[in-house]
Amino acid sequence: MTDQRLEKIVSVLLIAGVSLSALIVLSGAICYLWQHGNESPDYHEFHAIERKYRSIQGVLGAARPSDCRGIIQLGLLLLICTPIARVAFSMAGFALERDGTYVLLTAIVLAILLYGLAAPH
Amino acid sequence: MTNLEFTPLVFTISAIAGLLGALTGLGGGVVVTPALTLLLGVDIRFAIGASLVSVIATSSGAAAAYVREGYSNIRIGMFLELATTIGALLGAYLATRTPTGILGIVFGAVLLHSAWMSTRPRPHDSSGKPDPLATRFKLNGSYPADGGHQSYKVTHVKTGLGLMFGAGTLSGLLGIGSGALKVIAMDQAMRIPFKVSTTTSNFMIGVTAAASAGIYLSRGYIEPVLAMPVMLGVLTGSLIGARKLIGARVRVLRWTFAAVVGVMAIEMIVNGVQKL
Repeated sequence: MTDQRLEKIVSVLLIAGVSLSALIVLSGAICYLWQHGNESPDYHEFHAIERKYRSIQGVLGAARPSDCRGIIQLGLLLLICTPIARVAFSMAGFALERDGTYVLLTAIVLAILLYGLAAPH
Repeated sequence: MTNLEFTPLVFTISAIAGLLGALTGLGGGVVVTPALTLLLGVDIRFAIGASLVSVIATSSGAAAAYVREGYSNIRIGMFLELATTIGALLGAYLATRTPTGILGIVFGAVLLHSAWMSTRPRPHDSSGKPDPLATRFKLNGSYPADGGHQSYKVTHVKTGLGLMFGAGTLSGLLGIGSGALKVIAMDQAMRIPFKVSTTTSNFMIGVTAAASAGIYLSRGYIEPVLAMPVMLGVLTGSLIGARKLIGARVRVLRWTFAAVVGVMAIEMIVNGVQKL
């Protein structure tokens, strides 16, 4: 494993992640506009969105054909996870290169990312 | 306005933002939030949440270009992400505690700076004295040029880390990629060659934004129905923009864009002051 090869592999991972999430978001969008196309959205006043769309477990539970916003949110969640998966993959790559310094450094970045994603805020 | 009218409108605005962002190198996120708040009256918190998601999409989508070119430096990226991700967590926490008037003013100031940066000529690649830290963390590298390999040394690592922490904080606070600040850190402080710093910075933007996205998600800032056309629009626009880069009349475009961004910046600041 060389750095160049590692970069190519993580690039492919990023493209796959963003493509899949765009597809999920698009299908959720069609589903939502089909059912709620004639309603009027109001984003002038801020109000935090429903709790079920605000955590990993909530979104995984909410995303089903009867809940189109949940499907969109699932696509967005997958998008957020894509760079995180990239960092995890880079860590494995540095381990294969037997570069202890960078395995540690990448592990810290990964921990920060997982804290941001999963810790309750 | 119904969803069937609102969604295509937001998609179109976001696609234009993404296109211009890619053509000028500023990134789409920095334009999409003022466009949503000033043109459509969207609350700045919803706009920032949607923009942050689009920033991750653009950064990841641009990876296709790196496979072709091979300029990015994965070690520089990972090393500096230490600073940007911690900054991004701090920024996202600050965002939930900052009055929207102040957010608007800070956003306007960052926009003005970006507009100014976008009119500046690209810095000349010049190497300085190599930093021992750069050697220790294997940051020095080479990139393909004129059929061979051009090697480079990285300087001022600590200054770069500090600037990157600031870039990460702004990214988390405002839901932007902070491309302009990252360029200052990498091009001007660390003397990383232009092509390496832009592609590496693009890589880093997604990771930085992902650090704060979780906080935005759990605070309820990411409204799926609004984020959906923003993400798809900015992604589409930036993918088109990345292909057209060589053919475009970049000079004229940069100045036009800088003028538009400058006007939006002043409006953001005025609106922000009125909300205080």
